[in-house]
Amino acid sequence: MTNARCLLWSLPTLLFAASANASKSMPLNMTKGATEISQQVYDLHMTIFWICCVIGAVVFGIMFWSIIRHRKARGVQPAQFHESTKVEILWTAIPVVILIGMAIPATKTLIAMEDTSAADVTVLVTGSQWKWHYKYLEHDLEYFSLLATPREQIANKLAKGENYLLEVDRPLVIPTGKKVRFLMTSDDVIHSWWVPAFAIKKDANPGFINEAWTRVDEPGIYRGQCAELCGKDHGFMPVVVIAKTPEDYLAWVAQEESRIAAEKAAERELLAMNMDMAELMATGEKVYQGWCVACHQPTGGGLPGIFPALKGSQLILNDRQAHIEIIVNGKAGTAMQAFGKQLSLKELAAVITYTRNAFDNNTGDAVQAADVYAVQQGKGE
Amino acid sequence: MQLHRTLVTKLLLVTALMFGFGFALVPLYDVFCEVTGINGKTSNVPATALVDGVDTSREITIEFLARPNKDMPWIFKPEIRRLTVHPGEVHVMNYFAENPTAQMIVGQAVPSVSPGQAALYLHKIECFCFTQQQLAAGRNMLMPVQFYVDPALPAQFSTITLNYTLYDVTANWQGNAATENLGE
Amino acid sequence: MSAITHDHDHEHDHKPSGIKRWLYTTNHKDIGTMYLVFALLMFFIGGSMAMVIRLELFQPGMQFVEPQFFNQMTTVHGLIMVFGAVMPAFTGLANWMIPMMIGAPDMALPRMNNWSFWILPFAFLILLLSLFMPGGGPDFGWTFYAPLSTTYSNDSTALFVFSVHIMGISSIMGAINVIVTIWNMRAPGMTWMKMPLFVWTWFITAFLLIMVMPVLAGAVTMVLTDKYFGTSFFDAAGGGDPVLFQHIFWFFGHPEVYIMILPAFGIVSAIIPTFARKPLFGYASMVYATASIAILSFLVWAHHMFTTGMPVFATLFFMYCTMLIAVPTGVKVFNWVATMWRGAMTFEVPMMFALAFIVLFTIGGFSGLMLAITPADFQYHDTYFVVAHFHYVLVTGAVFSIIAAAYYWLPKWTGHMYDERLGQLHFWCSLISVNLLFFPMHFVGLAGMPRRIPDYALQFADFNAFISVGGFLFGLSQLIFVWVLVKCARGGEKATAQVWEGAEGLEWQVPSPAPYHTFETPPEVK
Repeated sequence: MTNARCLLWSLPTLLFAASANASKSMPLNMTKGATEISQQVYDLHMTIFWICCVIGAVVFGIMFWSIIRHRKARGVQPAQFHESTKVEILWTAIPVVILIGMAIPATKTLIAMEDTSAADVTVLVTGSQWKWHYKYLEHDLEYFSLLATPREQIANKLAKGENYLLEVDRPLVIPTGKKVRFLMTSDDVIHSWWVPAFAIKKDANPGFINEAWTRVDEPGIYRGQCAELCGKDHGFMPVVVIAKTPEDYLAWVAQEESRIAAEKAAERELLAMNMDMAELMATGEKVYQGWCVACHQPTGGGLPGIFPALKGSQLILNDRQAHIEIIVNGKAGTAMQAFGKQLSLKELAAVITYTRNAFDNNTGDAVQAADVYAVQQGKGE
Repeated sequence: MQLHRTLVTKLLLVTALMFGFGFALVPLYDVFCEVTGINGKTSNVPATALVDGVDTSREITIEFLARPNKDMPWIFKPEIRRLTVHPGEVHVMNYFAENPTAQMIVGQAVPSVSPGQAALYLHKIECFCFTQQQLAAGRNMLMPVQFYVDPALPAQFSTITLNYTLYDVTANWQGNAATENLGE
Repeated sequence: MSAITHDHDHEHDHKPSGIKRWLYTTNHKDIGTMYLVFALLMFFIGGSMAMVIRLELFQPGMQFVEPQFFNQMTTVHGLIMVFGAVMPAFTGLANWMIPMMIGAPDMALPRMNNWSFWILPFAFLILLLSLFMPGGGPDFGWTFYAPLSTTYSNDSTALFVFSVHIMGISSIMGAINVIVTIWNMRAPGMTWMKMPLFVWTWFITAFLLIMVMPVLAGAVTMVLTDKYFGTSFFDAAGGGDPVLFQHIFWFFGHPEVYIMILPAFGIVSAIIPTFARKPLFGYASMVYATASIAILSFLVWAHHMFTTGMPVFATLFFMYCTMLIAVPTGVKVFNWVATMWRGAMTFEVPMMFALAFIVLFTIGGFSGLMLAITPADFQYHDTYFVVAHFHYVLVTGAVFSIIAAAYYWLPKWTGHMYDERLGQLHFWCSLISVNLLFFPMHFVGLAGMPRRIPDYALQFADFNAFISVGGFLFGLSQLIFVWVLVKCARGGEKATAQVWEGAEGLEWQVPSPAPYHTFETPPEVK
């Protein structure tokens, strides 16, 4: 028991130490955010918080006063009253008034949040296990946004970076001072797109679209995460949004569009040439680590009962054509997606080659961009 | 004992009714959606063309979106991305679909409207989403949706987004897909 | 008193010995004991899963378990605590106390009572064994949102569905038994408005149970047919809607929350007057408040779904109704404080847990009120703020009330006083550690940490380490409770019939320990 007491006494010290440490890095309160709406939400949060504090102080104050004063040890005689209609009506009515006072500003903010009309920029946000896809409806621009934190950091083999788990390869870019509308949907399970700085959290429901909007005043980098349990890697699909001035934004759009055009042109050239095995394997491993490893695992062993193993897979070893097809077109009704729409021809060829030769599969054959292209065009038979 | 038996029977009846109610929530929800526009579900029964006039004083922008779901290999897109209409006018919008694969594929488009409440005022007289659509290998087609916006659309809506998500339903194809679209 | 105690009581005890006594028993006290022991066992199994969760979250990075297994732990922890620990514990208390409180010899349907207990261990055996299947057990959260639980779930989903069905049947049978007992078997003179509040709250809870458990059964059945038999209730491709699942689930889920707290209100309403030596303030308004909370619970389910994208007016309706629940809940808290006011209080362990209940449950109520404010809910939703909220109402609410009830009635059950010093140690260790565990979760949630993630950004590291330490301490503190229980069951100072100086009610008129059969001749209530 002395041990237990000792432990109890050391706890407040621990508490203090932890909060002192944390105050350097973690805010203790909700963010005020970067938009007018998020500021309103913060104000609502603080108002209701203080109302709760005041009610709590009064109720607990009376209770503790009673605990101190009205104890048998002080020799008091208990009173015998057990009702008072007047008091009971009073303490039913007062909370109602407080609640009405609270409901009015909450209603106003909510209506403002739901008004998605007259947007300047619209982005279609699609969640899938476990990445986000952004499509700019005003431009010919769309891309996937994947977790950029290396697996080694998650496995504690490398020191963790500053934005551990909150960094992506290609962030969403939006202009400042413009009304940006987000349409959310999902390719598989329900995800939820959350950026605390914008006070936006909207579910991405498969087959249905949801809307939200924001107007960011200051350029900056804003980070968030998926907020709805979406399976194994729910904790590993962050959201990063960069707000740029309208000029910088347009410059970025132009640059991205030309980059994508150049990539497409390069793909066509690719069809004519054969890449060597070493190059395919090197690229393939990189693609595998980024896109496949979450389900099929670093060893290619999959997860029994959920995600099939690639190592020694009959499909891979015996049916090269089916292997290409399943990667290009996916498998309906499973978590296997149609990567033909997500990766470039080069990446597809490389990752197929890689999985045909890694994990002791050793089929020894290389798949070229032209092979993948043939399947995509339906001429693969 | 008799006293218990009657009460137990009643309570079991409540239990059975509530089990039924769980399932009744499915159609009730659809009715509720149609009345309130929850989730932007549109009616999947054809509307009849409006007889009374067109409200030329208002302009509504309709945004068209099309999205093949992740395991649907079709190319699927609207002919134009947005259209400005007057409430009451009947319009036809064509969606382009192409099956680039070597297999016949049956698709089912699922509509969703945002803002959800506006779904109540977007009436479809004819839509490819009412039935399953079938495309032979390498074929393409234009799929029309004929619609009008109800003049009763509340003033706060100026833009309506109509999204179709296209699913591959070949596996549970019922055989009654719009087969006339097989060739082109 | 002697009129009630029958000298020939033990002659009536035709109980077989050994395991047969427990397998075949139809005695409400035996069944109550089995429910309570089962709940305690489940509390430790579910608790050890929480320890796995806290262990993994102690440091950023993946150390001990895989994300897939982490999700199974959060899911099964939730299912076990809700359906295996809290609900059976309340059912056990109901079995023990309701007949004794209303002057009935037993529950109305003793054989069904035996069944409703004995199918329960099988339900949880199936659930726990599913964890050892290839692909693991359920990993879609205790809320099993479709399509994560349908198209994208693993092979053990059928077992999960089967297990939930059995739990549901058990709860429904238990609830029917409670209603019939209260309705038909009250002693002469025990009018509705003379019933102890524990009986009242359980009566209302039992109605909630038979109203919503069948809906849950419907929901899991739809998940089953969607996954295995090709229906499309929740699949957009087949004309269904995944959001519909959430409506059905929360139509069950929100009343379920009150199923887990209303009996707690009844317990606290029994304990506070006893140790304040003063009648409960506002008995009638307590009954009305309980009933209005139960009715409102059917109108607020969608406040769990504000981010799913509902039309503004629907959102507003659910926000207003949710805020309204604060009113009857507030009435209850005010009544308890008024009961204490100008009483003559002593602070034995049951009273300490009841007082902690009032303060900490109210804190959980406050965060609940904050969550009702929809625009702010967009920031709180699915973060640790929500985790903090429902653990305040469920752990320091429901669980604390169950512990308080155990201490309060333990002398009546065993005939011995528990060890007061150990009990106080248990209380203080639990009180401090539970707050170390759950209070910082508010801050972590406000700072933006989503729930149900196995790994987190570095800024959350210090707080999570701290929370984990609180979690381990809370887990260890409960071992003291087991020690107290074992010690009390084995012996100790003899308890009087009334046990507590201020205790009133029929259960305190029978001797301690309560004889195997009580009130075979109904008592006359004045």
